[in-house]
Parts: sequence; C-alpha cells; structure tokens
Amino acid sequence: MNFTFHRKRVSGILTVVPANERLFVEEMRNFNFPEARSLKLKEVMGYNKRRMVGPGVCVSDLAVFGLQRLFERGALRREEIDALVLVTLTPDHFLPPTSNLIQGRLGLKQDMLCLDLNQACAGFVVGLIEAFMLLEQESVRKVVLINGDVLSRKASPKDRNIYPLIGDAASITIVERDPEESTIYANLKTDGARGEALIIPAGGMRLPCSPETALLEDVGDNNLRAKDHLRMDGTAIFNFVQVEVPPLIEALLERAGTAMEQVDFFLCHQPNRFMLQKLADKMKVPHARMPNNVVEHFGNSGGATIPTSIAFNLSDRMRSGSSQVCLAGFGGGLTWASMLMRLGKLDFCELVDYP
Amino acid sequence: MKSLPEILKDIRPEFDFTASQDFIADGMLDSFDMVTLVSALDKSYGISIKGTDIVPENFKNLQTITALLKQSGVQV
Repeated sequence: MNFTFHRKRVSGILTVVPANERLFVEEMRNFNFPEARSLKLKEVMGYNKRRMVGPGVCVSDLAVFGLQRLFERGALRREEIDALVLVTLTPDHFLPPTSNLIQGRLGLKQDMLCLDLNQACAGFVVGLIEAFMLLEQESVRKVVLINGDVLSRKASPKDRNIYPLIGDAASITIVERDPEESTIYANLKTDGARGEALIIPAGGMRLPCSPETALLEDVGDNNLRAKDHLRMDGTAIFNFVQVEVPPLIEALLERAGTAMEQVDFFLCHQPNRFMLQKLADKMKVPHARMPNNVVEHFGNSGGATIPTSIAFNLSDRMRSGSSQVCLAGFGGGLTWASMLMRLGKLDFCELVDYP
Repeated sequence: MKSLPEILKDIRPEFDFTASQDFIADGMLDSFDMVTLVSALDKSYGISIKGTDIVPENFKNLQTITALLKQSGVQV
C-alpha cells in the first residue's frame, strides 16, 4: 500500500531512555548457557549495554517526563498539541487508553484527539503515517507522536533469545505542517497470517494471565519462558526481514524517482547488529549509511529504535541541516513499512535519561 | 586459514562435526550458532553470506555448508 504526503514535516525528536543500564557480561550468567558461547554472540549480535525501567515504571511515565521537559524549556506548548498518537505494545492498562492518561497527567486541552496504536517494530513509520493523515484535517496543526515500550517487563530473564536484546524507551516526535513545498513517500505491507512469529501469548482475552501462564517452561536451547512472556521465532523473523524489506525499499525509491545513492541514511528498525549488516549487504548499502548501534548501547526498544538512532547518531547533523533519509520499520504483526523524506533541520534532537 | 571443521569446532568444541550428517537434528547447532558461524565464515573467507541463505537446510552438515560457501563465491 502506497502513501504520499505533501507539506508535512518532523520538527523535533526527543528520546527518553531509563538511566538504569544493564551490562550483558553481567546478565549472561542468568542464562543456562556456556559463557564462551555467550561472548561470541555478544560480538556478533552487538549485545553490550541496554536500558531497562525499574519496577512499576510504565510507558506513560517515560512519555510524561519527556513532554514535561519540552514544556519547561519552551520547545513545545501544551495548547498547540491537537493530537497525541501513542504507539505501544505495553500500555499502562487495557482501559483507559494510555494516550488519554498522558493527556490527563499533563493537563492538555480537551479539544484534542488521543489515540493508542498497537504496533511493534514498524511503529515509528506507522505512527508517522497516522500523524501525517491527521494533519490533513484543518483542525489538526501539530501532532505529538510517542513511540514507547517497556518490553523488558514482558521478557523472561531466563530467555537468551529475547532478554539480552530488549531495551526500554519512549521517543517523542513532533509532526506538523511544512511551510515549504515537500513530498513524503511511504509504503506498508501487512501479513497477519505470520503474526505468531512474534507474540505475547497470554494477557489478552484469548488467554488471560493466570498462575499457569506465569509458569516458566523449557522451550529448548536452554531457554525458559512463560506464556506471559514475549516469544520470537528468530529464524522466521530474520528471514522475513531479509526477504521482504529490500523489495519494499526498492519499490519506495522507484516510485519517488530516487536512487539508492541519493539517500544519505537508511534508518532502519534495529533488532540486532547482525541482521542489519546482512540487510545492508543485500541492499548494497555501506554499513556507515545504515546505523546499527542502538542494540549495542540501548537495546531493542521496538518502535522507538529509529528515533533513538536519530537522536543518538545524527543529533548535530539534524539540528544544523537536513538529510534525505529512508526509514524502514519491520517486525511484529507482521508489518513492514518504509518512508522517504527530508529530515531536518530539527528544532531539537536529543536523548535524555529518565532517572 | 582455518578449515570448516576447525571453525565449527571453535563454536561448539564439544562436538565432532565429521561424525554427523545433520547438525541441527543432532542438536549440535542452534539458530544462534548458525549466526555465529556465518559471521566467522564471512570473516575467514572475506565474503558476506546472503541473509536469505541463512536457513537451517544450509547448515545440516559439512557438505551443505561447503555448497553454501561455493554459492557465496568461495573456491573450496
């Protein structure tokens, strides 16, 4: 599915990460796995440091902290927010929507739209598409897009497949109309038939949480996991990314009449370093133009990895000028989406710690 | 340059890779070992094995891995 937007832009990005840093070399002892093999994986996958919320910290806490900071420094005013779109897999509650809770805690105006979207690693691109569509309305002039997850709370500490790569974060992206003539291209695909490749089996209405769903089970490869925990078919997801993402991006660039060489940065969701290096090789993109260091420094925070990468790797560049960027998000759903846009000059672009 | 059995031995020293015809079914290589192996082969042979070729069928035994290396441009 193709999308085209005119005169829209991203004007600022702030990513909030928990100050609590965990080191892989310390955590690897929790896995029922030889240390030498863990260290090999560390090198290949990029496991190193990750950020994790403390007990009880929710997505709304990270988002409220970040937005308050923007209000305090005058980078954003409460009354100019016409819509708040939150993309998360880990809402504070089933009801009310977490975006409504954020609106209430911050004392935002009632004359606005709050929307929770359940999307995973494609969530930044999906959220931008939603924000751009909202901006087509006369009454919507500024949208706050929040991509936030605290997935560490849904990962088994005894699961080597998931636990060492998960990080928590919330990114706040300001989306508004562009006074300049500009065009943004996007495309997106969905395959729910493969949805079980990334799933949290228990906790919804199909299988409510219970003492049984909290029991750790031996799921092979020396991993222990409960039905309450996030589960990933790593081989299926890896192949999905390698097969589906390159043609999606090629189709996007062809429709936009843009050559690969004209794209300054390919800013992809970051599941792990190895997967991105293979993706870059397949697309014949130099590794330097497809940053892959988010897992290494912060962990995989789902829909927040792309704005985290922008804030961590390109802050100065984005504040001083603009770049042609291709965004690509892919993962749970399954959903995969890409977007071509000029990004920058941003009013702010930074990463802050949540204490 | 290390031979293929030597590279495999580095990853899982406890196994004799010349004695199995199905490393996956025999529990000698799991999905993370495959990733580690691909990274080691890429470095040793100066290649980049395609992501779409990283499937269990290509890592069943020494013959299938050798075929994968040939397919990736290595003169084996």
